[in-house]
Amino acid sequence: MKLKINGREYEIVSGPGTTLLDVLRYELRLTGTKEGCGTGSCGSCTVLVDGKAINSCLVIVGEVEGKEITTIEGLSRQGKLHPLQQAFINEGAVQCGFCTPGILLTAKAFLDSNSHPTESQIRQAIAGNLCRCTGYDKIVRAIMSVADS
Amino acid sequence: MTSTRSIGKFEYKKPGSLRTTLRILSNKGADARILAGGTDLIPQIKQGQISPSLVLDVKNVPELNRLDWNEDRGLRIGAAVPLSKLLTFVAISERYSILAQACSVIGSMQIRNRGTIGGNICNAAPSADSAPALLCLGARAIVASKNGNRKINLDDFFMAPGKTSIGADELLVEIEVPTPPAHSAGCYMRHTTREEMDIAVAGVASFLTIAPRSKKLKEVRIALGAVAPTPLRVHGAEALLIGKSVTERIIEEVAEEAAEEAKPISDIRASAEYRRELVKVLTRRTLWKSCEMLGIEIQR
Repeated sequence: MKLKINGREYEIVSGPGTTLLDVLRYELRLTGTKEGCGTGSCGSCTVLVDGKAINSCLVIVGEVEGKEITTIEGLSRQGKLHPLQQAFINEGAVQCGFCTPGILLTAKAFLDSNSHPTESQIRQAIAGNLCRCTGYDKIVRAIMSVADS
Repeated sequence: MTSTRSIGKFEYKKPGSLRTTLRILSNKGADARILAGGTDLIPQIKQGQISPSLVLDVKNVPELNRLDWNEDRGLRIGAAVPLSKLLTFVAISERYSILAQACSVIGSMQIRNRGTIGGNICNAAPSADSAPALLCLGARAIVASKNGNRKINLDDFFMAPGKTSIGADELLVEIEVPTPPAHSAGCYMRHTTREEMDIAVAGVASFLTIAPRSKKLKEVRIALGAVAPTPLRVHGAEALLIGKSVTERIIEEVAEEAAEEAKPISDIRASAEYRRELVKVLTRRTLWKSCEMLGIEIQR
């Protein structure tokens, strides 16, 4: 089976019933995508499929054959950070960092569909991404700063 | 490259037509599970609650991806349409606000990008948020098998927790929701311990249709979630309102009757007593809100 990830085509050997998360981490060694709960509650494993944020722990790879998959490894372009990544650094919106890849991708998908959101819309958009360090204020501020610019 | 393990020992098929899907179901239906968004199915397989020998992905079946509305036929929602797509469909926000409201509280953005309203009702959780709204709107499930189609009124759809009246060889194709009559309004309210990403402790949907001149109630529907083995309508409570003008006292009676008709259990989320109390409170609030939406004054 072939998967299109971050603009590159990968031939994979795992069967169609393997989760996208496991294929990313254990077969392709793209370990930026994290596993938290494994049940779709925490959002650590968020990736984009055709531009939409999804939980990669709840998707088996047979379902995403032929789709455009974006992981955190594909967010920067030619060594240049995505504006959201830079904003997270500027605001110090990272504590332990485990939820960060998922939140960045959720925020990207959200801002792509709504470029001038309110703070409460941002909070609602990231409701499916848990930060156990509870550093939400800086995360929201970082996303706001990109939305405003 | 190392291969990684499948979440279960099943065959995966993704047919591209309804005909092929129904043929597969007629042979192997009993051992197969339907995969649409997977937000309920995948965790159930991972946790070993079910172990199907065939997972049938229906996302490529054209009939299950339809989403359209017209005045006469109403709304048709293909069983594989993701909730996020449904929520951006103009007819939903314009004419089915109660359904939009119920669907918008399901899961997170990630879950709504995958999960479907078809899966929400087929999974038949007593707490399914879309169910009370669909019951209020008089929705019907269009179900197909190799032998033809049949319509199931949503009132006859839910059998038990996790169990519907769809046969093993049948497939939910779409949900049909009639256009709400003129002078009608309703809403869904639920109680959760967290604001987001939580399962309802109790949910209530109320939907009222009034006679425009007299402002008396012509049709009343009240449906409950998470307080019985299945989502259910409370016919006794509905009957108390039909033909009446709305007064504060009637609303109290109806709320108490709805609580009486609920059959809640005690579990990790709440006790049966608390759930019954919630039904009373939420019924009262949804009725007040529906009256406000209709612009009718509640007599004291």
